[in-house]
Amino acid sequence: MSTHTLDVKGQLCPIPVIRTQNQAKKLAPGDKLEVLCTDPGAINDIPAWCRINGHTVLSSETSEDGNLIVITLEIGS
Amino acid sequence: MSRQIKAAALISGGLDSMLAVRVIQEQGIHVEGINFFTGFCVEGHTHAIRRQDQKKQKRNNALWVAEQLGIKLHIIDVIEEYKDVLINPKHGYGANLNPCLDCKTFMVQKALEWTRENDFDFIITGEVVGQRPMSQRKDTMPVVARDSGAGGLLLRPLSAQNLPATIPEQEGWIERERLHGFSGRSRKPQMALAEQFGFTDYAQPAGGCCFLTDESYSKKLVDLWRVRGNKEYEFDDVMLLKVGRHLRPRPHFKLIVGREEGENRFMEGYKKRFPYFYCKSHPGPLVLADGELDQDDIELAGRITARFGKGRNAPEVVVHYVTPDGNETPYTVAPLGSDEFPQDWYI
Repeated sequence: MSTHTLDVKGQLCPIPVIRTQNQAKKLAPGDKLEVLCTDPGAINDIPAWCRINGHTVLSSETSEDGNLIVITLEIGS
Repeated sequence: MSRQIKAAALISGGLDSMLAVRVIQEQGIHVEGINFFTGFCVEGHTHAIRRQDQKKQKRNNALWVAEQLGIKLHIIDVIEEYKDVLINPKHGYGANLNPCLDCKTFMVQKALEWTRENDFDFIITGEVVGQRPMSQRKDTMPVVARDSGAGGLLLRPLSAQNLPATIPEQEGWIERERLHGFSGRSRKPQMALAEQFGFTDYAQPAGGCCFLTDESYSKKLVDLWRVRGNKEYEFDDVMLLKVGRHLRPRPHFKLIVGREEGENRFMEGYKKRFPYFYCKSHPGPLVLADGELDQDDIELAGRITARFGKGRNAPEVVVHYVTPDGNETPYTVAPLGSDEFPQDWYI
């Protein structure tokens, strides 16, 4: 199991979701993916995408100034 | 044991595709959703850009619908491939630059490819005969089936009884009598079916899921193509047409004036691609310039920048002109008066 980072800062939804989806396809169950984004829409969209596709959101954190969002997920089987 | 039949559904996030999926799920079919992102989808983007829209719910309706239905959703980026649909539509445009018939055909064709790659059996959409003036007419819906190559593998569960039987019906995967015969622009049958299924929350049907149906957006795209002398475009062009006031004070350059803080912040991402203006002495917008500017143009752009800022009534303000390499020049201008600002500068 390994941890990967995806940088989608500056991209607006649904691009962060699409990039997360495409990256997740390359990973193995149990791998972790840390998604760095700036679009507040990702706070809802990436977890929604995870729920319907069987992945788990481990954490979702927004920086104090609101300019960086880090969503960490675990790839499901 | 019989094989599980599987359908791929085109999911827009609206009520019709939501109902179509549930109708098919009720017949024991495994359904997964596909949502195509062309770059022109209204969903998502713009409410992320404008600060005044940030209080609005930011859910992606396609994802939300998929979750309500308990199906997987595959969001597919078709930005590059879609260019040919928009630039060369075989069936032309609708009221604006919306190539609806070619667009629907393209999406069904892509869905057909997806079903083949993923071992699915047929395609469903939420289309209703007579609901849309271009792509959802009794005479054009068969064109979509034919030109996409899907033929009888394309099933429209809400209108199936108004259309010839499809392969899923002929093969007995689906019972035709449990499908529907909706037609026309009335939403009442859909509302009633939604109530029957217990759907109380769904995106309001507006018929405008695409910027290309918007007159103002289409004018800006036509202007971009005219000035460039061809119909090429990049994703950044598509995005920038969604933000700000677009002004063309001279034929050879355009200004994009941020309307509020969210747009200004979004436009900051383009500072290394375009020269820009901002007012230092008073609060005001970020203004991007697209085109070659001479000294007179820089003066005029500075006065326009001042006009849209808080210093619009001051005798003079300090504007900064910044080139993409970061070279910054401050200068003093008188804000442009309303009598000096022709309304036809607005694109």
